[in-house]
Amino acid sequence: MEILSLLADGFATSLTPINIMVVVIGVTAGLFIGAMPGLGSVNGVAIVLPLTFIVPPSSAIILLAAIYYGAMYGGAISSILLGIPGASTAVATTFDGRPMAQQGKAGLALIAAAVASFVGGTISVILFTLFAVPLADLALAFGPAEEFALVLMAFTTFVGLGGDDVMKTIVMICLGLVLSTVGLDLISGQPRLIFGDLPGFYSGISFLVLAIGVYGVGEVLYTIETSRTAPSVTAAKLTMRALGEGIREMNKLWKTMSFGSFLGFFVGMLPAAGATPAALMSYGLAKTFSKKPETFGRGNIEGVAAPETANNAASTGSLLPMLTLGIPGSPTTALLLGGMVMWGLVPGPMLFIEEPDFVWGLISSLYTANVAAVVINIALIPLFVWALRMPFSVLCTVVLVLCIVGGYAPSQKLHDVWLIAGFGIAGYVLRKADYPLAPLVLAIVLGPLMEKSFRQALISSQGDMMTFVERPLSATFVGLSVLFFVLPVIKLVRQRKSKSPAPAE
Amino acid sequence: MINTFTRRGAMALMASAALVLGAPASAESWKPNKPVEMVIMAGAGGGADLLARLFQSIIQKNDFSPMPVLPVNKGGGSGAEALRYLKDKEGDAHIIMATLNSYYTTPLRTNIGVDIEEFTPLARMANDNFILWVSAESDIQNLDDFVAAVKEAGDSFKMGGTGTGQEDSLVTAMLENEFGIKFTYVPFEGGGTVAKNLVGNHIDSTVNNPAEQMGFYKAGKSRPIATFSEERLEAFPDVPTMRELGHDVVYTMQRSFVGPKDMPAEAAAFYTEMFEKLSQTEEWQTYAADEALDATFLSGDALQEFLLNGREVHREILAGMGELGS
Repeated sequence: MEILSLLADGFATSLTPINIMVVVIGVTAGLFIGAMPGLGSVNGVAIVLPLTFIVPPSSAIILLAAIYYGAMYGGAISSILLGIPGASTAVATTFDGRPMAQQGKAGLALIAAAVASFVGGTISVILFTLFAVPLADLALAFGPAEEFALVLMAFTTFVGLGGDDVMKTIVMICLGLVLSTVGLDLISGQPRLIFGDLPGFYSGISFLVLAIGVYGVGEVLYTIETSRTAPSVTAAKLTMRALGEGIREMNKLWKTMSFGSFLGFFVGMLPAAGATPAALMSYGLAKTFSKKPETFGRGNIEGVAAPETANNAASTGSLLPMLTLGIPGSPTTALLLGGMVMWGLVPGPMLFIEEPDFVWGLISSLYTANVAAVVINIALIPLFVWALRMPFSVLCTVVLVLCIVGGYAPSQKLHDVWLIAGFGIAGYVLRKADYPLAPLVLAIVLGPLMEKSFRQALISSQGDMMTFVERPLSATFVGLSVLFFVLPVIKLVRQRKSKSPAPAE
Repeated sequence: MINTFTRRGAMALMASAALVLGAPASAESWKPNKPVEMVIMAGAGGGADLLARLFQSIIQKNDFSPMPVLPVNKGGGSGAEALRYLKDKEGDAHIIMATLNSYYTTPLRTNIGVDIEEFTPLARMANDNFILWVSAESDIQNLDDFVAAVKEAGDSFKMGGTGTGQEDSLVTAMLENEFGIKFTYVPFEGGGTVAKNLVGNHIDSTVNNPAEQMGFYKAGKSRPIATFSEERLEAFPDVPTMRELGHDVVYTMQRSFVGPKDMPAEAAAFYTEMFEKLSQTEEWQTYAADEALDATFLSGDALQEFLLNGREVHREILAGMGELGS
């Protein structure tokens, strides 16, 4: 019960008026920052870092954490409304969130995302409170081989994602993997695929640039063509009844959401992985185990809830290696780390022992930030939905501006803006030709992680492939990967058998 | 000496000196009139980035600059992106760059048309150290044990470090040359990840900076074997230097700021003074002491000499590795 008394002390810190105010401000700012594609939580935290000097250190780090949390909630907003993932963590949210918005159910999708985020956030904070210290050792057990096996598993949960055409899915995955190798290679130190010697390619092609291009610009082009006469955006309304209905719908999804929370927390906790694979895996598994997998990708509310619980749970999980091992799991946590160092707090194995007031104040503020985020988010949904009622000619201009600003802001290179334009046109053509875009984006997110850990593991084992199955943790993941790969195939074969002979595709 | 003056006193003194000499507007009168861009030669979240952002926050907190200082990461191509960017900003008074050792190595390894001698040296904030680490669970207690273990393992002894061509791989190559040994070098994306993999026993040794391994060291999970510094580090009084052990393997990482070619002299003086004030703040002194950094401040000609000397040292190391570009 020592934990409870420590937590109570923490609440004494986090429930002071100034800290409550700080949480509300931080969460609101984070929500908007997260909702802007390209701005994302990294930039949000970076911009606010200097401002934190006007409040005491413990409030300052709470402010940063609140922004981080708010941005996680906000990421879903642009995914659902505009179909552009604001951050890589919100990619999976677009798969069903965007179709829901197109069917006029944007409000419901936003409620689902907010509630799911709340559930994911809360469950993971409870797990964090109880197990933070012992779990740090598990994170240590993860070497390159385990990381590779985990990413492999994330890939295989996605086998069925691309739709029915397996060939096209494989082509898109390969294309994504090739794009992910562009830039300076970590292992050899040599540049790869830099198109002659274009300096802009040295830092690689970021996920964000590809996603904004194919989803944002590509989508706008496609919509312009298909809706030359009438705007396709359905006017969305939000009433109290819709809110109640949304919460009832969510009630049915407790199984998906609790699974997503646990999965998200554990995957997020591993330093290399983080929230993006967690959200993708949660989506893929929800689809695999669903009774109606064919409704996924066509506006299934479960497809919004699954990734949103997981990415919020993972964002809490990724605080764990930062606080206990001093390793930031993501660029944003790296900035939080920078903030802590500024106040003389050195993250690492000793932090929980040397600075208990700080640690428990931060943990308890995650509880309050979560409550604040869900309340503020739901309160603001009518505003977000209202934005969709803009005439299409205005909306599509706004989206294009957001795409360009969002692509330019993180790297401040015009090079990326040209790439976005190129990917936008390519995305449009690929959509016309009915190629699935999700596997492409998935591959560029997970590809670098997978390649790096694969090569690190093989260098360590002197090229012996057995390293992936000899180590117990890695062997478990490899086994599960095989299972996830085979399962949808068996399902498919069964369906084909039960149906009359399938027409040639 | 300057510490004994109050800032205002020093300014008054300088101003009167300027009056006496009848000099035109001196350094004291120039101030940035728009936000200052602080280019970082590395990506977000790494050691260089953390440090640059720490500087930014201290500047902001103490109002050392009337205009905000905005960090911009240009880490592409091991800093090639940042170097080229700075080259194009000739004469600009509102841009400074945070450097690390890729300031030497990148122009040497690849032909990017940058001569660092042209840039304006502003301030060296610190010199970071390297230490040879093993896991606390390992049987290796000293350098002799270490060399014996590497030899016994053939070439399968795993050394973890940052990307190939970056500082850790240079130190590793220096070790290989000195002892006639061979490691399996496993590159990771940052010092923190390297530290974690050492403690998790996924690699056998590292040459991490003190700051990167400090948390695990304090928790009793990492063991320092020897330092690559000139002299023993205050934070590690019991750890011998390589030189003490009879091996002339010295390597440090500089953390300096430079401006573009032909930066106006008044502007350069402003930034140098800004960083000098920064170097005396309690925040920085405490951080440097905690992380075992050598925080001796250098500026002007002394700094330029230091930087050019560093380039020659790296030219030799790279030549030894066969990594020197044309």
